[in-house]
Amino acid sequence: MDFSFSEEQTLLRNTIESFLQDNYGFVARKAIIKSEEGMSNKNWQQIAELGLLGVPFSEADGGLDFGPVETMIVAEEFGKGLVVEPYIQTVVTCGGFLRRASEEQRQEHLPKIISGEEIWAFAYAEPQGRFNLSDIKVSASKKSSSLGRIPSNDAYILNGNKCVVSAAPWAQKLIVTARTSGEQAEKEGISLFVVDKSAPGVSTRDYKTVDGSMASEVLFENVTLNSNSLIGEEGKAYPLIELVADETIAALCAEAIGAMSVLNDATVEYCKTRKQFGQPIGKFQVLQHRMVDMFMQYEQSVSMTYMVNLKLDESETERTKAASGAKVQICNASKFIGQNAVQLHGGMGMTDELNVGHYFKRLAMIETQFGNADHHLKKYSSVS
Amino acid sequence: MDLDFSQNDTDFRNEVRDFIKSSFTSEMHGELRRSKNGSASKELHVKWQKSLYEKGWIAPNWPVEHGGPGFTTTQKYIFETEMAHAGAPRSVPFGLSMVAPVIMEFGTEEQKKKYLPDILETNVWWCQGYSEPGAGSDLASLQCKAEDKGDHYLVNGTKIWTTMAQHADMIFCLVRTSKTEKPQQGISFLLIDMKSKGIEVRPLITLDQSPEPYQEVNQVFFEDVRVPKENLVGEENKGWTYAKYLLEFERGSSYSPTLYRGIEGLKSIAKETPIGNGLNLSDESSFLRKISQCEIEIQALEFVELRIFSALSAGQRVGPESSTLKLRGTELQQRLQELSVEAIGYWALPFVNDTFANINEPSIGPDYAMTVAPSYFNGRKTTIYAGSNEIQRNIISKAVLGL
Repeated sequence: MDFSFSEEQTLLRNTIESFLQDNYGFVARKAIIKSEEGMSNKNWQQIAELGLLGVPFSEADGGLDFGPVETMIVAEEFGKGLVVEPYIQTVVTCGGFLRRASEEQRQEHLPKIISGEEIWAFAYAEPQGRFNLSDIKVSASKKSSSLGRIPSNDAYILNGNKCVVSAAPWAQKLIVTARTSGEQAEKEGISLFVVDKSAPGVSTRDYKTVDGSMASEVLFENVTLNSNSLIGEEGKAYPLIELVADETIAALCAEAIGAMSVLNDATVEYCKTRKQFGQPIGKFQVLQHRMVDMFMQYEQSVSMTYMVNLKLDESETERTKAASGAKVQICNASKFIGQNAVQLHGGMGMTDELNVGHYFKRLAMIETQFGNADHHLKKYSSVS
Repeated sequence: MDLDFSQNDTDFRNEVRDFIKSSFTSEMHGELRRSKNGSASKELHVKWQKSLYEKGWIAPNWPVEHGGPGFTTTQKYIFETEMAHAGAPRSVPFGLSMVAPVIMEFGTEEQKKKYLPDILETNVWWCQGYSEPGAGSDLASLQCKAEDKGDHYLVNGTKIWTTMAQHADMIFCLVRTSKTEKPQQGISFLLIDMKSKGIEVRPLITLDQSPEPYQEVNQVFFEDVRVPKENLVGEENKGWTYAKYLLEFERGSSYSPTLYRGIEGLKSIAKETPIGNGLNLSDESSFLRKISQCEIEIQALEFVELRIFSALSAGQRVGPESSTLKLRGTELQQRLQELSVEAIGYWALPFVNDTFANINEPSIGPDYAMTVAPSYFNGRKTTIYAGSNEIQRNIISKAVLGL
């Protein structure tokens, strides 16, 4: 057992730290999220040049052949910088599906991700399903469409809509969960497709999100898909979706601990310097104890983040428990640390001018992404 | 001891309901429902308050001699409950429930005549000049100074977190009139015309990112502002006493009627939010328990409020127990906002730019979700303002428990 980071991993962390220092100050970030584009293509290219977009992919696929710990390091550092560029969406989630796809699909898509040419988004949530990954109405059928177009034997017709698709406004490609057979909430009969966002029949309504990112409502109207857009076997995608969702949760946990560490440091620093009643407010015991609790929540979150990233390769049951357990801890800590960081900064914590509120809002959204605490508590209970 | 309503009370309740039906228009309702920070346009507030004035109900807590309606405790309870239930706007408090009681208690006859009728009629919009960048929880350390120049004071300094100062005609200010060893002893209470030369209002954008001119708070700068001596309330250097008197009114209102409306809102969100497998969030017992826990705590607060307010007559203040109301009221409000964000799931993410979310465009996701996340963010202020909740606990431990 060893919890230390290798030299290579430390080097990776240092590389990202200095990239963020040079390019991602609070003012620079604000300009990025206020821009119409909502992200920086220049930053994305630099992230590509640093090799970060290739972290989890095999050498044969042109990647760095790193594992979950390295992904965790990237996500944690990006969390500290409150990076809006869609690393997790493209590399961890969509990359997670693609690195398990066919040789042909990997060769077609991965080089474009690794080089920074393409951004990808995962379209899975539907209004009626909330956090339930198998409640899917979007359909991919081989039957003739309502327009009477009869697809060729190996083609699918995609119909339906996906909601709050993170990073979709920036994406060229989407990975979409769709029902190819079975009832609406069944785990059988779900398939994964690569969909070109510019394909006829795909339309989006793009918007900014409260945490400084962007998302879309995506509508598919008789979108024709070739059989080579199917990832894995038809109707058998659910276990892979769960696996990649857990990997995404592990990365989101890492992003969260990065954000938490910034908030805790900022709060302690502020309480040391802000004077009221003739002394720094950090001298008041009630605030000291609050900051101690914030610190302990952070430490437990770091531990659970390491735990889940080290258990991603275990059996499905163990992995699910690890991911859901970590997410519950991260949700609770995000709330506690985010809220109290604002509280201890007083009125200043309420302003858009200070970074504290921005971290608080990002943590609040991490709570809901890929299922909130209640959802994962229930899931954890069902597999324990 | 009983909880019964008399026939008169029931008649009164019907009268309140009729008033709401005729005066709280669907346009007003729509505008408030879309507001990211809970406040509406100045026009809406003024229109609503003037209709209450016409009815004689604008100031339920004022003594009859100054224009209060002379409500009994039960009537006040009914009035507040019905207003909150309908989602009617809360009266802007700065004039009606903050500066007015101070003027009534400590002001001159001239001041009462000059200011109270316009407050009652909402002809003049007031704002509150208390906090400063260096004086938050430690309010007495304030630095904004007023120098005696014979027939007037010369005011220099700044006030911060000034709610809706962009709409205000008048500001009541705590200013330093002398440097004393005990900072509390050199503070005066001054009424300042916002149109005076040398006043500048700068917007502060907060977490919900309501853009100008819909910002909720501002910083107000005073540079050589001349204020006539007659605008001093009470005695010079006695302002701290008046400030504390006012704060008990600021903190000591009833929270439970609005909280009950929040619970209703949360229950309807739970009923309308699908969670997959054909179920709704209201089918999830773990979430229902969270709602129930919250509702029970609101009821506990409600009965604390009823016990306190039934012991008071019009114009009287609550005393240090107002801190209990502020603590529980704000904590429960935040809890409701937190649960609402949990309930709407992914629909917390879409950002609505306008404070009054654009009505010409269909909302992203369900209508009810639009303001939930910004309200949660904005609601964090409630445990900070009017004396942070840490300060409220200090007050109770000192003034109530004698620790």
